[in-house]
Amino acid sequence: MGVALPLVEVPMAACATASPFDAPQVANPKIAIRRLDFFYGSFQALSQIDLDVAEREVTAFIGPSGCGKSTLLRTLNRMYSLYPGQRASGEIRMNGANILDNATDLNLLRAKVGMVFQKPTPFPMSIYENIAFGVRLYDRLSTRAMDERVEWALTKAAMWNEVKDTLAQSGMALSGGQQQRLCIARAIAVRPEVLLLDEPTSALDPISTARIEELIFELKADYTIAIVTHNMQQAARVSDRTAYMYLGRLVEFGNTDQVFLAPVRKETEDYITGRFG
Amino acid sequence: MTEHTNKQFDAEMESIRSGVLSMGGIVERQLRRAIDALEKDDDSARTDAVGADEAAINRLQVAIDQQCAQIIAKRQPTAVDLRMVLTVSKIVSDLERTGDEGKKIAYKAAQTRSERLARVRHYDAARALERASAMLRQALDAFARLDAAAAADIVARDAEIDAAFASILRQLVSYMMEDPRTITPAIEIVFVAKSIERIGDHAKNIAEAVVQVVKGKDVRHASLDEIRAEVAAR
Repeated sequence: MGVALPLVEVPMAACATASPFDAPQVANPKIAIRRLDFFYGSFQALSQIDLDVAEREVTAFIGPSGCGKSTLLRTLNRMYSLYPGQRASGEIRMNGANILDNATDLNLLRAKVGMVFQKPTPFPMSIYENIAFGVRLYDRLSTRAMDERVEWALTKAAMWNEVKDTLAQSGMALSGGQQQRLCIARAIAVRPEVLLLDEPTSALDPISTARIEELIFELKADYTIAIVTHNMQQAARVSDRTAYMYLGRLVEFGNTDQVFLAPVRKETEDYITGRFG
Repeated sequence: MTEHTNKQFDAEMESIRSGVLSMGGIVERQLRRAIDALEKDDDSARTDAVGADEAAINRLQVAIDQQCAQIIAKRQPTAVDLRMVLTVSKIVSDLERTGDEGKKIAYKAAQTRSERLARVRHYDAARALERASAMLRQALDAFARLDAAAAADIVARDAEIDAAFASILRQLVSYMMEDPRTITPAIEIVFVAKSIERIGDHAKNIAEAVVQVVKGKDVRHASLDEIRAEVAAR
């Protein structure tokens, strides 16, 4: 939403949305998820997910607690591989390769697919080091190049002007909203291609939330973004496409404008209008 | 429809919905008086009642619109709820204008006294207004029951009112050509007929709004066939 309504005439036939399962095919997929199943031990948390994450767009995952939206997000950078007993099957294609393959270099994958969590997680280091730490894992930069990278990342995260004089201060001393933007700066400092945001504003006040939402809008010019949010209005505001999930299945996936004005499935409508359960 | 988890939200939605229906009831009463004014002669009690109801309609329009604004501000409605709130706001403005047209007809009828035009006024105009009024009642019924198929039928009936308007106009032109003394009262009946035609348009707008609430598609300016296809889909 948030974008001016197009003034073009849309023929009636084009307005009719077909089955929700025609929707996953997008013109410019950055990530193509096919027949994805996910298990926590013997519990199946995701079943047969087919979904495309479009390049340089924001895709929102919504649904009630336990529906699998965070699990789905965590498969996209194989965060789950840190835990024994968690496994995924199916395909998640990114840049032509299936990232679920054992051969995938996880460090490289996570440099390409950055993640920001619900609670801000700054390292107990200076603001400068918070950014530089990750970059050093992948790049050997001169001091000057590193300074530039830190400034670039903090500028992108819309906080350079706030912290440029206090870069040596601890990142833990920042406000919650600033800490979260620091985490976003840290994620983009390694120049990923995809940014995963798991409830990035649920612990923040409205002003910080608005800043982060503004930031998401700016970042999508360069990055592919997937966001999990419990805040339906946030999904409506920041995303281009919305996926509604329930009980580990993808119920509906479509353009956000369509999903929030006239969803195809009754289950989606009940959830987004607050009639669920 | 299933209830909201938040029952207060349900109560607020029900309040704007029933507000439209009671406003519609007053507008219908206004149109009955307009028919009465076309069929019979002046009646000062009727004129007073028309004035009082006009004020009541205006108050309801403002009150319901305000409730819609409050729901948007407090609840951020989506999907069918959002469509309902936006539609209610549109419907109350159509109802208010319908009430205005009814008032105009009731006041104008007195100025159209002419022996030669008696048939056009007492019969043609009054019957056309009865039809337009029935159309409005059906549109409000379709709204109350959220019945998109019934709403599509009402859209189809607008052509009848347009035809009646054209027929009245043709007759009046003949009378005016035959006898220039009928010109002044005939012009007044032209205004009455135009008001009736507008009432049909407002009823049609309300019916189209019902289709939008139920089907989620904006069918204004769509052809009847497109509307029927939309109503039949899903």
